[in-house]
Amino acid sequence: MNLTSLAILLVFQCLGEGTAQLLGLPIPGPVIGMLLLLIAFLSSSRLAQMMEPTSWGILQHLSLLFVPAGVGVIAAAGQLKGDLPAIAVALVVSTVLAIGVGALVTNAAMKRFSAARQPDHDEESH
Amino acid sequence: MHGLARLTDVWVYLAASPLLGLTTTLVAYLVALWIYRRLGYHPLANPVLIAIVIVVSILGITHTPYKTYFEGAQFVHFMLGPATVALAMPLYKQWHNFRRAALPLMLGLAAGSVTAVVSAVGIAYAMGASRDIVISMAPKSATTPIAMAISERFGGLPSLTAVLVICTGILGAVLARYVLNFLRIDSHPVRGFALGVASHGIGTARALQVSAEMGAFAGLGMGLNGVFTAVLVPVLMPLFLRWTGN
Repeated sequence: MNLTSLAILLVFQCLGEGTAQLLGLPIPGPVIGMLLLLIAFLSSSRLAQMMEPTSWGILQHLSLLFVPAGVGVIAAAGQLKGDLPAIAVALVVSTVLAIGVGALVTNAAMKRFSAARQPDHDEESH
Repeated sequence: MHGLARLTDVWVYLAASPLLGLTTTLVAYLVALWIYRRLGYHPLANPVLIAIVIVVSILGITHTPYKTYFEGAQFVHFMLGPATVALAMPLYKQWHNFRRAALPLMLGLAAGSVTAVVSAVGIAYAMGASRDIVISMAPKSATTPIAMAISERFGGLPSLTAVLVICTGILGAVLARYVLNFLRIDSHPVRGFALGVASHGIGTARALQVSAEMGAFAGLGMGLNGVFTAVLVPVLMPLFLRWTGN
């Protein structure tokens, strides 16, 4: 874990939170920070290269970071009991639908637009 | 006898410090990872769910309130922010895949993301779930740190969202094969992308086991949907709340 890289991640999180606050955006600050860092990576591959080990290092243990919040579900368990059937049905149906619809549309769009050349894409997006 | 009394003192001392919550979280997660590995990385043996069950059991046995536990665990929890920012790395790595087919992928992303949010919120609401639960459902297809931030912002229960997100990931990883075979979609990029959009990191892990290409597109779908959901839910949620009169 590289201290400079960690500091850069925190700086971009601050930038993201600041931007969200300043512009009154409802998008979470860290998400904006991620987009800003993506732009920075795209404009400097040296920065991306330097940040690689630390970024993967954190992401490798991403699941660990959900445990404290997940445990918090017991604190809310009382409220959930009656809603369990609704939650279960919504989760299963919604996940199946999202995979199906997403795949069908991506598939159709890939076939429709793959014949066109790259420059045509730009013109069509006007 | 003295020893036992002293042991109780030590326990009382430790239980009051943040050290114990932090240690419990890390050790429980390592045990969960070990179990996951022993069960051959089966999606139902998700290490986060196992770790949560272990910690919940320990808190229950020792009568430790969640608040006390979280005083230690918050140091782990805090890293969610920088980790979200670090998601820029996989997006950057997949950028060439995205540029190659940006338009079809954006259309598929929009379709999958809107379907996930609207169907989850609609079904939960129609079946009479309470307001905070319906809100907690909305971002469930986005990657956990992003989903929790969205849930928190709109008055949902971030901890519930975390568990819903993990369940969505497991469901997608287990069911995707049947759904996609039924629809006769066999292109690996399309299969991976749809799975990543609907089931984030857990779906991506599954896709990587099938092929590197499927995994790459799943990772791209996960990253894009994290951003898209973060924009979509703030647009849809006020409409929904106004419509239901909240």
